[in-house]
Amino acid sequence: MSGWRLRLLFLVALLAAWEALFRLRLWPSYVFPSLSSVISSLISGFTDRSYPLALGSFTLTIGSYPSAIGVSLRRILVGYGLSLGIGIPLGLLLGRVKFVQDTLGSIVLGLQALPSICWLPLALLWFGLSEKAIMFVVVMGAVLSVTLSTADGVHNTPPLYLRAARTMGARGLRLYTGVILPAALPAILSGMKLGWSFAWRSLMAGELLYYSLGLGQLLTMGRELNDMSQVIAVMLVIIAIGLLADRAVFAPIERRVRERWGLQPAR
Amino acid sequence: MKLELRSVSKTFQTRRGDTHALQDITLDVAAGEFVCLLGPSGCGKSTLLNIVAGLEKPDTGEVRMDARPVTEPGRDRVVIFQEAALFPWLNVRDNVAFGLAAVGVPRSERMAKTDRYLQIVRLGSFKKAFVHELSGGMKQRVALARALALEPEVLLMDEPFAALDAQTRDSLHDELQDIWAQTGKTILFVTHNVREALVLGDRVLLMSARPGHIKREFRCELPRPRHIEDHALVDATLAVLADLREEVLAAAREEVEHERLAA
Repeated sequence: MSGWRLRLLFLVALLAAWEALFRLRLWPSYVFPSLSSVISSLISGFTDRSYPLALGSFTLTIGSYPSAIGVSLRRILVGYGLSLGIGIPLGLLLGRVKFVQDTLGSIVLGLQALPSICWLPLALLWFGLSEKAIMFVVVMGAVLSVTLSTADGVHNTPPLYLRAARTMGARGLRLYTGVILPAALPAILSGMKLGWSFAWRSLMAGELLYYSLGLGQLLTMGRELNDMSQVIAVMLVIIAIGLLADRAVFAPIERRVRERWGLQPAR
Repeated sequence: MKLELRSVSKTFQTRRGDTHALQDITLDVAAGEFVCLLGPSGCGKSTLLNIVAGLEKPDTGEVRMDARPVTEPGRDRVVIFQEAALFPWLNVRDNVAFGLAAVGVPRSERMAKTDRYLQIVRLGSFKKAFVHELSGGMKQRVALARALALEPEVLLMDEPFAALDAQTRDSLHDELQDIWAQTGKTILFVTHNVREALVLGDRVLLMSARPGHIKREFRCELPRPRHIEDHALVDATLAVLADLREEVLAAAREEVEHERLAA
């Protein structure tokens, strides 16, 4: 049996077991919802489930998945974009300038050990209950892995490439943009991929904790309403978005680059 | 003289103490001459080439090209390495054009030169190919075209064919002799293969290790183009081999044996 058929069969069996277990009525439905109620939560979440909410001068519909997805995606695009904008240049510096490596390098490594959500209390004190606080947590979650991977890639530029480029008269900025940056690209890409998943996790954690209108808040709302099928439906949406970004965006780019760079045989 | 090396010495500090890579090397290479540096691995021949390239600095002594001291890499002396050192993110044409782009040659001129030199190495139909799609021999031919495109006066070749199979190497020997005859470049060629040195060189300088120095010099005046299986060349090879002392012999004999078995 080929791989995907086996996986499909396993999934169907798992879902069937779930529904069967629910029918035994061992737990109340707010602890263990049925498959069908999760599916209907999903459907209504995408179709009609919205509560108009007045927020000062403007109104927003919350509770509908598309609007929550929109809010979360906008946040992650901004936060992740910032992370790349800070992380890649910082990584280039870290990889090439020994002084920066010796000073900032150890701090970056140390901060990497801190789970990003631990920045939230600090962010709330600095920025208040605001968009900025969440953005800060997202950036702190993603920027360090982007920085470290970039620095690593730069650091591991094959010396042969540099020597070849230098004997051909390349120097300065040309050496950077023409050789070091492209040589480091596979490492930068894996840093970007890692950074994205860190950013996504940090965002969800941040959104859980306050009135944020994003997917994270839908989870909190589900809990507050004892609506377990909503909680699980939103979890599925979060997983789907994470997987989609990984499979549809990062994996193809990474595969192409690794093939071209000769790091993995072409299929 | 195109290249003049005067009392060049180089010592590397290692954890096991100092290694005298090169000691007091004095050497002249005339314009248009093909000189091979022959020696076992570890004799400092690559270090010497790197110093001529300007990639390393000698501790003492001096290298001059056209009577001007060499202090840094320059595209009048392009190096071809054992691993082709092509950039995998560029296709063949852009690899060949890299050096020209680096010094701001306009696009139309760049493309014309690139195409011309790709023709010379017989890869005209592989312009759009990427590095991972090429064989080892093709990669070295691209590296050769890339060096030639800069139109340097001196080519510095660091065991460029050592990683190739015997057939590919033989055909590249032919091509290199052709290109040399056509362009009149000055070539300094590093190898540990006695026969390769005698096929290619007008002069073969035998280097010996620890400390690295030039032990003997052979002139090779056999008619060109030379081939590895020419009888005169095989005789000359044996004469050179007979002339070597034991340390060099050991490394070289192994090489010749290996080739004889492969042939």
